[in-house]
Order: sequence, then structure tokens, then C-alpha cells
Amino acid sequence: MVSDEVIRDILRQNEAMSPIVDRLGEDDDLFEKGLDSFGSVQLMLALEERFEVEFPDTLLNRRSFSTIRIIRETVAKLSLGAAA
Amino acid sequence: MDSLPALDADASSEAFSGSAAADAPTFLDRLFDAGLLVRTGVDGLYGRSGAFESVVEALDRLVSRLGAEDGAEVMRFPPGMSRPAFERSGYLKGFPHLAGTVHSFCGNEADHARLLACVEAGKDWTDKQAATDIVLTPAACYPLYPTAAARGPLPQNGLLFDLQSYCFRHEPSLEPTRMQMFRMREYVRMGSPDEVLAFREVWLDRGTKMMAGLGLPLAVDLANDPFFGRAGKMLANNQRNQNLKFELNVPVNSVEKPTACLSFNYHQDHFGTTWGLTQADGSVAHTACVGFGLERITLALLRHHGLDLAAWPAEVRATLWG
Repeated sequence: MVSDEVIRDILRQNEAMSPIVDRLGEDDDLFEKGLDSFGSVQLMLALEERFEVEFPDTLLNRRSFSTIRIIRETVAKLSLGAAA
Repeated sequence: MDSLPALDADASSEAFSGSAAADAPTFLDRLFDAGLLVRTGVDGLYGRSGAFESVVEALDRLVSRLGAEDGAEVMRFPPGMSRPAFERSGYLKGFPHLAGTVHSFCGNEADHARLLACVEAGKDWTDKQAATDIVLTPAACYPLYPTAAARGPLPQNGLLFDLQSYCFRHEPSLEPTRMQMFRMREYVRMGSPDEVLAFREVWLDRGTKMMAGLGLPLAVDLANDPFFGRAGKMLANNQRNQNLKFELNVPVNSVEKPTACLSFNYHQDHFGTTWGLTQADGSVAHTACVGFGLERITLALLRHHGLDLAAWPAEVRATLWG
């Protein structure tokens, strides 16, 4: 189960996201809110570890990590693939 | 494989297709045979002849002439930088595999005796080598950012710097264009996003004209840095999607994989944020740089105009040595 809360917990580990994570809407652009490229890499690695998925190369871009909704939907799809 | 057409007379023996190509001397072999580069026993670490250096120096002067009207502040650092500054720069996030650190012996007399015994026996002798405060400079501009930030906020209209340094990247290769120690000339602009992007546009134009004027075939392409690992793929994709890096490529080793001789980089606020570098109004500074690979441009000229400098086209010689 990919919940917003778990994603927010992971985002909370990022210095720029930590103070604002509870106020983020699920369609807010995380990069506009201060997430940088390396922060998005750390986010990717944390999501992979937490949900036991691996982002394919085609998804290794800013869009995949740009909003909480997109992250949730992407990880959910990858989880389904991993379970199949 | 060497797949460029033979453009110089002494390359006429090179065959570029079929089985004969495997036996033909590589471009690197020819550079050694002509004495332009000098073997050291380490791939990517070479001596340079006087002739080779005369081209490097002429290119350095040419770049100075092209940028003269801008009034950049000249600064030269040795090819090593402060380790704390290097650590803070973020280089290790993207390029841990390319970094080179300076280590020195930090043992006592007994350790010294063991070290010598290990050397004698051909065993690992580096046990008591410890990291010093110096890291090899990975790009000419890396020592600049903390120096500029220490001066306080940028003046109105920002700042412009002129740099040149030997740089180190740990990537042993038999391609002569991929040296481990090489010189990078740079101009670095610090200011507002508009100012630094305008600077990059100006140098995209100047750099292209410079290289075309040297009689080199070229293409300017969107590019990315060689970031490490899977995380690096993401950083590279991000860099491309945001049009942050362009390279001016010239076929040197092959047509298929041309060599980046110049690069035009927009760092956004990366270094500004990292170093607390601010604009006059207090907002974080943006930075951009143009880099010239002096050995790479020299090798491109040798590849396309031949290994005998005296036989280069008159207009190219005039541009370099007027």
C-alpha cells in the first residue's frame, strides 16, 4: 500500500521539504517548493528502499518525482509490477 | 576504432575499414611516434612536447583575446584545492569515481621501515598514507566559488572571472582526448539568472566561431555530465531536461563519438546556495561557465590539420600565432 503519509515521511528527511511537508498539496510541484536534483535522487533511493521497487531508467527524471500524487501513482504501478 | 578520414599525409597508411584498421597505428600511437605526447606508463597521463605546448599556449591566448573586452578578473589556482572546500562543493555527490585525493605518509620511523620493505617486496605500501588537506582540482572553477563567496555579496551586475588550471579526473583511457590530467580554461559568470544565461549565449556564439575559424568540423549538442551510478542517470536526465549543459563536439577519435572540446554550463543556484553566494540585492546568485579543454582542442587541430604544425592551413596558423 502506497500511502501519502509514507511518502510525506520520506519527504520529511529532505532539508528543504521537512518544514513544509505537512502543508504540501498532493499536486504541488516539489521542485518549485525547493526540492533540488540531488534531493530528488535521495528521494528516489528512499522510495526504492521503502517500497522495494526499482525505478526503470525511463522514469529517472524530474517528472516522476514532481508531486506527491505522481510519486504515489508511479510507485503503486511499480509495486504491482514487482508483485506480478 | 579510428574511423576518421586520413586528413594528413603521415596518416595515409591508416586504413579505416575492414581488418586492416586493427593493425593501423591509433591516433595516440601516432602522437607518441611524432613526439607530440610523451609516454609515462599510465594511460591518460602524458608529457607534452614543445610543439604541442605551443598550440596549447596559442589557444590560451586566443581565448584571452576573445574575452578581452569583458574585463574578467584573472585568477590562477594551483591544481589542488582545499579538501573541506571540495567536500562542501558537492562534487562527491555526482562524481565520486572521478575524484583524486592527495595522500601523504603519516607514520613513524618504524612505519617508514615497513613501507620500504613493502615497496621492496612489491606489496601494498600505502597503509600509513593519510588524506591531506588537498584534493586534486576536478574543474578549474571549483576553487573559485568559496573565494568569491568570502568577499561578500556580488556587486551590481555580478562578477566575471578568468581561470585556467590543470585538472584531474580518474578515468584511465587509451583515447588521447580523455586524459587524467589536463588543462581547462574557463570564464565564470556570477549574477542573476538573466545575466549568467546571457553570458552563456555570448560564449556559445563566440566559441562556435572560434572553432569554425580554426577549420574544425563541429556540432553544438545538449549534453550531461558523467554522473556516477543509477542516481547519476537521474541527475543526467534532469540536466538534459533543463538544458543546463551544451558541448561543442569535434570528431577526433571517431565520427560516431565526437569529443567535447568546449562546454557551456548553467549551474542555476547550485554553487550560489552551496557557498552562500548572493547577489547585490541579497538573493542567491546564479552561475554559469564556459570551459575550453585546451589539450582536446589541440588534439582536434592535430587530427584535422596533421601532426606537422608547419603544414597547417595558413589561416589557422595566422589565427593561432598571427
